[in-house]
Amino acid sequence: MLGSLASLGRWALGVFERLGRGHLFLLNILMSLHVVVTRPRLVIRELYSVGVLSLLIIAVSGLFVGMVLGYQLYITLVRFGAEEVLGSAVALSLVRELGPVVTALLFAGRAGSALSAEIGLMKTTEQLSGMEMMAVDPIKRVIVPRFVAAFISLPLLAAIFSAVAIMGGYFIGVGLLGVDSGSFWSQMQANVDFYEDVMNGIIKSLVFGFVAAWIAVFEGYDAVPTSEGVSRATTRTVVHTALAVLALDFILTGLMFGDI
Amino acid sequence: MTTRTIEISVGILVALGLAALFMLAMQVSNLTEYRNGDGYTVSAYFGNIGGLKVRAPVTVSGVRVGRVSAIRYDPERYQARVEMTISALHDYLPADTQASIYTAGLLGEQYIALEPGGEDEVLVDGSEIYFTQSAIVLEQVIGRIVTNMATQ
Amino acid sequence: MTRAARCADARTQNQKRRAPVIEPQVHNHAPVRQDTLVEIRDLHFSRRGRPIFRGLNASIPRGSITALMGPSGTGKTTLLKLIGGQLRPDRGQILVDGVDIHRLGRADLYRMRRRMGMLFQTGALLTDLSVFENVAFPVRENAVLPEGVLRTLVLMKLEAVGLRGARDLMPSELSGGMARRVALARAIALDPMMIMYDEPFTGLDPITMGVIVALIKRLNDTLGLTSILVSHDVQEAASIADRLYLISDGLVVDSGSPADMERTESQWAQQFMKGLPDGPVPFHYPAPDYLSDLMGAAQKEGA
Repeated sequence: MLGSLASLGRWALGVFERLGRGHLFLLNILMSLHVVVTRPRLVIRELYSVGVLSLLIIAVSGLFVGMVLGYQLYITLVRFGAEEVLGSAVALSLVRELGPVVTALLFAGRAGSALSAEIGLMKTTEQLSGMEMMAVDPIKRVIVPRFVAAFISLPLLAAIFSAVAIMGGYFIGVGLLGVDSGSFWSQMQANVDFYEDVMNGIIKSLVFGFVAAWIAVFEGYDAVPTSEGVSRATTRTVVHTALAVLALDFILTGLMFGDI
Repeated sequence: MTTRTIEISVGILVALGLAALFMLAMQVSNLTEYRNGDGYTVSAYFGNIGGLKVRAPVTVSGVRVGRVSAIRYDPERYQARVEMTISALHDYLPADTQASIYTAGLLGEQYIALEPGGEDEVLVDGSEIYFTQSAIVLEQVIGRIVTNMATQ
Repeated sequence: MTRAARCADARTQNQKRRAPVIEPQVHNHAPVRQDTLVEIRDLHFSRRGRPIFRGLNASIPRGSITALMGPSGTGKTTLLKLIGGQLRPDRGQILVDGVDIHRLGRADLYRMRRRMGMLFQTGALLTDLSVFENVAFPVRENAVLPEGVLRTLVLMKLEAVGLRGARDLMPSELSGGMARRVALARAIALDPMMIMYDEPFTGLDPITMGVIVALIKRLNDTLGLTSILVSHDVQEAASIADRLYLISDGLVVDSGSPADMERTESQWAQQFMKGLPDGPVPFHYPAPDYLSDLMGAAQKEGA
C-alpha cells in the first residue's frame, strides 16, 4: 500500500519534472526564434524534410477520406431526400474537424516521429554536445529550424488535405452518385462561413502545428541517449501528439462552435 | 539533393498550401459574399421563426440577396426580432416589402423570402419590415386540417 | 550549551562549510601563474545523488600533454564536460586561462569554447554533412569568411590529419580511425588554444592507434596546443603525455610524469599502470560471503 503510494508519488514527480523541462525548453526555443530571420536557409531545408516529404501521404489520405466521406454522407442524406446538401456536409466536416485533426495525426506519424528520431540520434551520437563544444548553440542550429518548419508545415498541409478531400467528395458525390454539381457547390458556399468555419479550422491547425512541433523536438532533445531511448522517444512523440491534438480539438471546438 | 531542388520543392509546397487556402476561401466558403461590402441591416418581427438560424439565406424571388445576421427574442413585443444583412447591391427594395419564413424542401433549412411591395420609399439601414409571415409549423398545419375535417 | 554559544558554533560551522567556495573567489583576482592553462580546484560533482568527484584538484600546464587516467566509470568524460562548461559542478571551480568557466555568461562561455577543441569518443561528426563540410562547420557557424579562404583553411586542416583526399566522403563511409581524424581536423579548425581528447585510442587497430598517437603529439608540438587526454589505455597515454593524473573514486590518487608513475609506491597506481587483475581494486563486486551465499540459496530451496 505504502509502496504503491510512493511509486505514485514518484510517477507524479516525474510527470511534473518533464512538464517543467518541456516548458523551459519551449521558452528557450522562443527566445532563439530570431535565427529564423538571420538564417532562413536552415528553415527551408527543414521545411523540405518535414513538409514536402509529408505532402504525398497527406494528399493521398485526403483524397480517400474525402471519397469515403462523400459515400457515407450520401447514404445517410439520400434517405431524407437531402443529397443536395452533400457538398456542405462534406466541406463542413472537413474544414472544421477532419482537415486539421487528421492532418495533425498523420503529421505526427510521418514527420513528428522522424524529427524526434533524428534529434534523439544526434544526441546519442554526441553531435549536439559536439556542437556546443564548437561554440554552436544546438537549440539555434538544430531545434529552432525544425520547430518552425513543423509549425509552418502543418497549417499548409491541413489546407491541402481539406482541399483535396473536398475534391474527393466531389468525384464521388457528383461523378459517381449523380448529385447535381451546381447544388453541390452552391450548398457548400451557402453553408460554409469563411470566418466561422474556414478561419477556425486554420486556427485549429496552427495550434496543432505548434503542439506537434513542440512535442516532436522536445521528445527528441530529451531522449535518453541510447537506441532504446530514441525508439521510446519516437513512440512517445506519436502517442503524446495524438492525445494532445484530440484533447485540444475538443477544447477548441467547445470554444469556437459552442454557442450555436 | 541540391539546395536548388530543395528550395524549389519547398516553394511548391507553400504555393500548393496557399492555393488550397484560396480554394477554401473562394470556392468552398462564402468569402465572396463579404466582398460586396457589409450591405445594410434591416429588422423584422415574427411571431414564430420556426427553425430559422443565423446565417440563413435571405432571398428575393429565390435569388439570394443577403443573410440573417442576428436573432433574438424581444420581451416587450413578445416576438422574435430577426436582423438581416442585405447586400448593398440590392438597395431598391420598397419599404412595404413583405418577409416570410419558408422551408427549402420538406426537411431543408429555413430561409427568409422577401416579396417587394409597391411603395416608392426603399428600405435603408435600420429600417423595419412591417409585413411579416411567420414560419409554418407542421404540427399547427396538421392540427388545423384535423379540426377542419372534424367540423365538416 | 547556551543558545548564544550554539548560534556562534553554527556560524563557525557554516563558515567552515562555505570556506572552500569563498576562498577561490579571492584567488580569482590574484594573477594565475602563466604556465597553468586549466586549474581544477576542489571539484565536487554528483549525478543523481551519486558522487562522481569529491574534491578533485589538478592543474594542466600550458603547452603540455596531460593525461587523466582511471578505470571505466570514474567520470573522465564528465570531467571534460565540466571543463567545457557543459556541466556545472556542485562545488569548487575550474579556471581556464585564468577565468572561472562556470561564472561566464552564455555569450562569454561560447566565446571561450571557440578557443577549446574537443574530440569526442565517437567522433560526433554531423552525419548529414560531408567530411569537408564537417570541418568547415565550426568556421561557417562562428565566422563569415569568403568561400575561397574557407576552402584553403579546411584543406589545410585536413592535410594536417592526412585526409585531404577524403574531403567528399560522407561520415558513414569512413572507418573509425578516419572518422576520429576528421573530428580532430574539425577540433583544430578554429585554431584553439587547447584540445580535449575523450578516449582517443578506444576501439582502434594498432596501426590507426599509432597514427592517432603520433597525430596528437605532432599537433600539440607544431600548433603550440595544450592537450588534455582522457584515457584508460595506459601504454599509449604514457608514451606521449608529459604528466599523468590517476583518478579513482572522485579523487586524484596519484600524479606525476610517466617515469615517476612507473616507480610509484601507491599500490593502486601500480595495479592500474600494470593492469593487474586483482589488488586494491578488487576483482569481485562487493557481495556477501561466497560460501554463506551459496548455503543460503540451498537453505531456501530446502525450505
